[in-house]
Amino acid sequence: MDAMAAIKQTFFQECEEQLGELEIGLLVLQDGDTDPETVNAVFRAVHSIKGGAGAFNLDELVHFAHVFENVLDHLRAGRLAASGDVLKTMLRAADMLADLVRAARDGTAADTGRRDTLAAELRALDPEAAGKDLDSGHQDSHGDDLDGPVFEAVPISFDDMEIESTPDEHQFIIHFTPKPDLYAKANETALLMRELCSLGEAVITCDFSRLPVLEELDPEGSYLSWSIELRTVQDENAVRAVFEFVEWDCELDVAQVGAAQGLDDMALEALIEKMQATVEAELAAPEVPPNDVQASMDEPLAAQAGSAGQALGNPPGGKPDAGKSSQATIRVDLDRVDRLINLVGELVINQAMLTQRMLEAGLARASGVATGLDELEQLTREIQDSVMAIRAQPVKSVFQRMPRLVREVAVMTGKSVRLTTAGENTEVDKTVIERLADPLTHMIRNAIDHGLETPELRAAAGKPEEGLVHLSALHRSGRIVIEVADDGAGIDRPRVKAIAAEKGLIAAEAPLSDEEIDNLIFLPGFSTASTVSDISGRGVGMDVVRRSIQALGGRISIRSKPRQGSTFTMSLPLTLAVLDGMVVTVAGETLVVPLTAIIETLQPKADAVHGFGGNSRVIAIRDQFIPLIDVGHELDYRSGFADPCKSVALLVESEGHVRSALLVDAILGQRQVVIKSLETNYQHVPGIAAATILGDGRVALILDVDAVVAGSRVAATGFEQLCAAG
Amino acid sequence: MSKIVLTVDDSRTMREMLMLALSNAGYRVVQAEDGMHGLEVLKDARPDVIITDINMPRMDGFGFIEGVRGDDLHRAVPILVLTTESDAMKKDRARRAGATGWIVKPFDPIKLVEAIRRVAA
Repeated sequence: MDAMAAIKQTFFQECEEQLGELEIGLLVLQDGDTDPETVNAVFRAVHSIKGGAGAFNLDELVHFAHVFENVLDHLRAGRLAASGDVLKTMLRAADMLADLVRAARDGTAADTGRRDTLAAELRALDPEAAGKDLDSGHQDSHGDDLDGPVFEAVPISFDDMEIESTPDEHQFIIHFTPKPDLYAKANETALLMRELCSLGEAVITCDFSRLPVLEELDPEGSYLSWSIELRTVQDENAVRAVFEFVEWDCELDVAQVGAAQGLDDMALEALIEKMQATVEAELAAPEVPPNDVQASMDEPLAAQAGSAGQALGNPPGGKPDAGKSSQATIRVDLDRVDRLINLVGELVINQAMLTQRMLEAGLARASGVATGLDELEQLTREIQDSVMAIRAQPVKSVFQRMPRLVREVAVMTGKSVRLTTAGENTEVDKTVIERLADPLTHMIRNAIDHGLETPELRAAAGKPEEGLVHLSALHRSGRIVIEVADDGAGIDRPRVKAIAAEKGLIAAEAPLSDEEIDNLIFLPGFSTASTVSDISGRGVGMDVVRRSIQALGGRISIRSKPRQGSTFTMSLPLTLAVLDGMVVTVAGETLVVPLTAIIETLQPKADAVHGFGGNSRVIAIRDQFIPLIDVGHELDYRSGFADPCKSVALLVESEGHVRSALLVDAILGQRQVVIKSLETNYQHVPGIAAATILGDGRVALILDVDAVVAGSRVAATGFEQLCAAG
Repeated sequence: MSKIVLTVDDSRTMREMLMLALSNAGYRVVQAEDGMHGLEVLKDARPDVIITDINMPRMDGFGFIEGVRGDDLHRAVPILVLTTESDAMKKDRARRAGATGWIVKPFDPIKLVEAIRRVAA
């Protein structure tokens, strides 16, 4: 990728950030905030997008951003009030701007109809809108170029000239007297003179006459002036352009000598010769060699305060090194970070192996080696946490997408919705964030579509017409917890139960607790909407949401109160690179069971285990029958069945709120393990999620609890009947 | 030794573009993200030229220029202002704050370097 393409990529990334800022700013303004800095931030966001788009010639983007920026400028200057309607239009314009950015990024076409409508709406807000249209906006923005430093050579054609001559030269006499301000602003006469020299042939004379005696000299004063004779093919504008930066801070007189056009070439030449001779004669008096800008400039400049060491062609030695940049952030290739994470993973494994070897060698816990190893373990853990933190990002990037979604769904459903967020800066692994967007989108849609009532119903229930959806994130015991709460009607439990029964998901008379009914919505095939609506429908149910959360090693739960609303709570690991697991043995093999899946462990007693048709068995745990799954048999580690009384049962909860008891031979302990993909390194193994390397160097497989449970026939056919049987 | 340019701009895109154009022209570049950051950077850095944006969070370009001109160590450093606006008002304000000159965005790398040469040898 060439440098410009890389910068373009940065630009689009930055656009996304700016769009986020823009939206947040507009929403804050909508809440009645009148902080000028908020308005400024909003303006800056659009202004930045326009600026960058201009650099990449993204004209469509520039046009729209320009129109938007104009209106924001009026807002900023107080010529336009931030009323609700104005902000609504601006929010829609922000959405349009986002679409245009993405269209430019992806090379797709944007909805030009909507763009033009919105541009017209924006212009209608402009209190000074005197028929300015998109095109004039365009010209305005590009007209900027015309004000740039004028340095280009003016193309002149001599072909048409009848007389044979050198290029059409002009002669200028320039008088230049800087004011002290010119130096205070770090402008340099020497550089101006050099530039004049670059236009043609210049003879420069310095006038020292105003220079006071040393005692009276103000180091910040300006006592010198200059006269310059310039022969150049450039016109007067080009000459004046040299003084563009200083024209307020000096006295400048530029006079063209003779009207060159009317003069015979030879005559002109002679005139110039003569003038030059005169000037040179004058110059000979003060011992300043003519034509030598540097020599004439260095001395006087040294007397000028504030310009020390900037003299032409004379770089002052021993400048302090300024290479110490204090950038707050650096951008690093993700691959590098991942490599580091991988290496740290290896380090963790290596450290565990060392510890194990030490135990095997029978070294005392108090020995120096053991203490050293303990410290190493501590350090390794800290390094691991720090490295993981590099990949961590605030959930803000996902949360930022939600206000737009809420607006769109609100319009589609005809509901009035207000989204509030909290904890946007909570950090979690980048991969988790990326895979969070879809489930979160779906949950928000659901909250508005199914959770919130229509304004009429809300009014009838004595609630404000505007429904509330609250999105929050926080860290809790090493995990990130994300909640989507609404203040709607809550889960309609009789209806949910009826639907579940109707779809054959439960028996009609199954005595379920409120919590169990609420959890029915996570069952595959459950959808409360009688018609598949445009919003929540799309063939995706809460079961898919739950599955995607579980795929991230997370859990989702629901709390609901009739007439007060529902809250969905997702709890996710902070990283996908390590996992807290329970290390168990099954038929001589060592397996790791993710700790998140395990509810409790127990020792089955003979009278609690019952046969249940065929080879299936159940275990009675506190008046509930739970299917007993022999992991060794399920994974084909052994053909027969283990004796439950000599085994340990892990009570696990898997997909669809199904509880099962996994039978394993023994528990070795709990450990944080580094996840190694089996698919990448070997191939997919049924019932196994991934692998890890244990302290003794052996590979241990990480159990895929959902797959094992689903694979067992008991879970597939028996659970509902069990529920029915109570 | 190549000259050092301090660029002060809140836009990463603009900072990268400046970095590209300036390093291609043989300058060493020090970056800051806003005026406040720029003044912090100046505690360590000794740039030969400063290029600053106007509209920035925390401290805008005007405040930054005034800060530099009020600092005995850096008051003589030429400051070029980046502006998308041809707005004379804005230029005038920057000038009164002590700006040495300006560069109009979107900038042409050649003009950028020319502008720098106009204010720093």
